[in-house]
This record gives sequence, structure tokens and C-alpha cells, in this order.
Amino acid sequence: MTRGPAFLGYARPDGSVGTRNHVLVVPTVICAAVVAERIAAAIAPIGAALPHLAGCGQIGPDLTVTHETLAAYARHPNVGAVVVVALGCEQVVAQQIADAARQAGRPAHIVSIQGEGGTPRATARGIDIARELADTLERVERTWCPVSSLVLSVKCGGSDYTSGLASNPAVGRVADTIVDLGGAVVLGEIAEIMGAEHLLAARASTPAAGAQLLRVVSRVEAEAMALGVDIRGTQPSPGNIRGGLTTIEEKSLGATHKAGERARLEDVVGYAAPITKRGLTVMDTPGLDVESVTGMVGGGAQIVVFTTGLGTPTGNPIAPVIKVTGNARTAQSMADNIDVDVSGILTAGEAFDGAARRLFNEVLEVASGRPTAAERLGHREFAIHRRNPTI
Amino acid sequence: MIAAIVVHDADNVATALEPINAGQTVEAGAARVTAIDSIPRGHKIALRDIAAGATVVKYGSPIGTASSAIAAGAHVHTHNVASARGRGDLHAAHAAPEVGIP
Repeated sequence: MTRGPAFLGYARPDGSVGTRNHVLVVPTVICAAVVAERIAAAIAPIGAALPHLAGCGQIGPDLTVTHETLAAYARHPNVGAVVVVALGCEQVVAQQIADAARQAGRPAHIVSIQGEGGTPRATARGIDIARELADTLERVERTWCPVSSLVLSVKCGGSDYTSGLASNPAVGRVADTIVDLGGAVVLGEIAEIMGAEHLLAARASTPAAGAQLLRVVSRVEAEAMALGVDIRGTQPSPGNIRGGLTTIEEKSLGATHKAGERARLEDVVGYAAPITKRGLTVMDTPGLDVESVTGMVGGGAQIVVFTTGLGTPTGNPIAPVIKVTGNARTAQSMADNIDVDVSGILTAGEAFDGAARRLFNEVLEVASGRPTAAERLGHREFAIHRRNPTI
Repeated sequence: MIAAIVVHDADNVATALEPINAGQTVEAGAARVTAIDSIPRGHKIALRDIAAGATVVKYGSPIGTASSAIAAGAHVHTHNVASARGRGDLHAAHAAPEVGIP
């Protein structure tokens, strides 16, 4: 029996806790993506495919990142069983993805398109396996789990002036609460820390963590500058600028509010790398929303809180993404995509603490199984970050 | 009277929660300022004169540099504020070779 706030989750053999219990269907390579999607669709909504563009023609770091991201999803707390769909001649090794799942105590099977003899037979074989796995997973019951088992990803996208003034500070209070209760929070999007890194570095629990954050931000800024253009145009985006955000510094200062005010920065990790520390971790992800969420969920986040001023639909194949807006017009115009409206902070005098309490309760409800708008609408965006050319 | 939000005591700009017309008096925290430009919703108004080259401050931190003199009450945005970060266009020495189809 746990004390304090708790949620109904799936306790895994490796000690982690899931907020969902998916049969994950992983194509090793783009060539297997359609078969994987058809297998997952046959057992919707428990089936979740990871269609991606990679898996072959990659050398060096990109191949490693593809491999590690797929393996990270295969052993993710929100995944109860895995079907790996291989073509048969690709670079990504199906056996290694399946092994990652098995080492974490999840059943895993491999279906090879070349081995089965083509699309129809591989699809049929995959569906047979996936149905059996789904039958087993559907009998698993949720149990009460402590908030300390959560890794919360905080994210913003389609930002406008309301993001920094209302929704991000409200989410930041939730982030602080989760860390106070022994949980973990992950913040990505290094370009959107540019201009606010001094505030996060000052909260580092060790000099090494602070120095690492400053190094990563400098590297991303140097990469952007090496292209010889003004970063404005993408940071802030044209929509951000119309929404009143003038510079990347202004956007970043508003964006980092969602990582709380108190939570200490404990660690800085690479893309989709495991989040091992409680407290705040910064992950080296790009600012592109789907790549960023894909990486943070890969790192182990079981739930995402995503603020948006202008409105955006992004979801994830295996993690619920809660949409929060501080913009009253967006709350109305994109009501189908929004889970929590905190615009009262700016328009009706709602206190930050009250909005944060509503948000925290929403996190616990969604962690316990309530579908988000993105889940109801079938938003399952997935994109692995790439840095190098396809060879 | 129309309200604009000031986040931090050190800020020299405030954010308009509703569209502001030139000539309107704006209540921004403890300060009052008369708008000299129209300010769209969500955009910023200068709370005091900001000299060219001076730092524009919001959330208590620098958000850029005034690229021209900004008078109290003026619209503060990309036309008169320059970012100090990620400006590859100002650092041609960093320029990478052009990428294209040979």
C-alpha cells in the first residue's frame, strides 16, 4: 500500500511501472513499416507500431541511435510485449531488439518478411502472434503505484505569449511536485534552452551537471551558426513570432519554466538514452516536436505533458501526451486536441497553484488509464532524430 | 485602461493581453504607460525608453538587444530587437560549404 498520491499502473518484472500496456510492433527498417502498421492496426488500440524512416543506409552514430531508440521502446515500461518485424537484409538487427525486450522480462517474437515469404504471409503471421500477446496483456490488472515511479516528460510546441506566462509555469509547478514526491522529470529541446541556460545551470546538483548543460547548449548553438544563417526563421518559428515571441532567448526563458523552479538538475543525457536519476534530467534532443517527444519517451518517460499556445496535435505510439493550453481562443478553436485549459490564469484570475493542482490530478488520471485527446484521435507520431546523411 | 503583464521587477517590457491602440493608457504592474504604437495581443510594449544597443529584459533576463532606440510605449518586436544568440548570419567565418545537388 502506498502513501500519498498514487496512480494505477502496470508493475513490470524489471521494477519499472507502465501507464499503458501496449503490444509494440517494431519494424527494424522502413521497408517493414507497412507490415508492422497493419499488424498493430489488427489489435488496435492495444497494438502500437513504430513506423520510421531508418534502419538501413546509415553509418556511424545514426545507426547507433536508430538501434538504441528501437531497443529503448522495446523495453519501455508502457510496453507489455513485442513483435519485431524484419525485412531480412537490413542493418538493424531484429534479434537485438527482441533481446532488449526479453532482458526486461517482456515476451518478444520476430517475423521476417523475406523469411515468411512476402507481405501477406508475414502480415498474417504477425497478426496471429500479436493477437495472442494482446489476449494475455488484456488480462493484466493495474495496481496502485507511487508517483516516485513516474518519469514525466515536459514539452512545449506551437508556443505563443501564453506559453511562458501561463501554461509553462503551471506545468513547472507539477514538475516540482513530482520531483518533491521522488519522481523524475525530463526536459528536451536544447535550442530552446539557449538564453535560459544560466537559470538551469544554477540549479545543477553538481558542477559537472551544470557544466555539461552549458557544453551541450554551446554545441547546438555552434551547429546552428555553422549553417551561416540567422537562427530566427526556425527559432522562434514564424508562428511563434506572430504569437508575440521576438527572440530565441524570450522563447527559451518562457519554455524552461515548465521544468519547475526548485527541481535540481541532476543529469544531462544523450538522445533516447536512459533517464536514471530522480529529479530533473535534460535530454539532448532537437526542437522538432515529434523527434523530441520520441527521444524523451525512449529515455523512459511514461507520460508527457505538452503545452501549446497555438495548438498542436502531436501524440506518441506508446506514451499518453496531455495537451495544455494557456490560450483561451485555442482552448475553443482546437478543443478536440486540448486536454487541460489553464487560460483562466491570464483571463479569469485563476491562481497558478489551483491550475497546477488540476494538472497534477490530470497526470494521475491519465497515468491510470484515462485516454488523452491525442490517444482518442489516433495521434501516434514517431520520428527518430537523424544527424547524418543517408548513405 | 487596459492591462499588460509584467513578469519581473527588472523587466523593461510588458505583454499585452488584449490588442492595444496607440494613445491608450496601459496599466502594467505598478507602472502606467501610454501606447505610442498599436500593440497586437500577446506582443510587447516598452515600459520606459530603451537606448539603441541596450538590453531588453523580460522574465528578469535579457531577451535581446535594442537594434534602434525604443521609446516608452512603443511596440517591441523583431523590428527593433535583435537576438544575441545563434546569429550565424553575422559570423560568416563559421559558414559551412553550400549543400546542393552537384
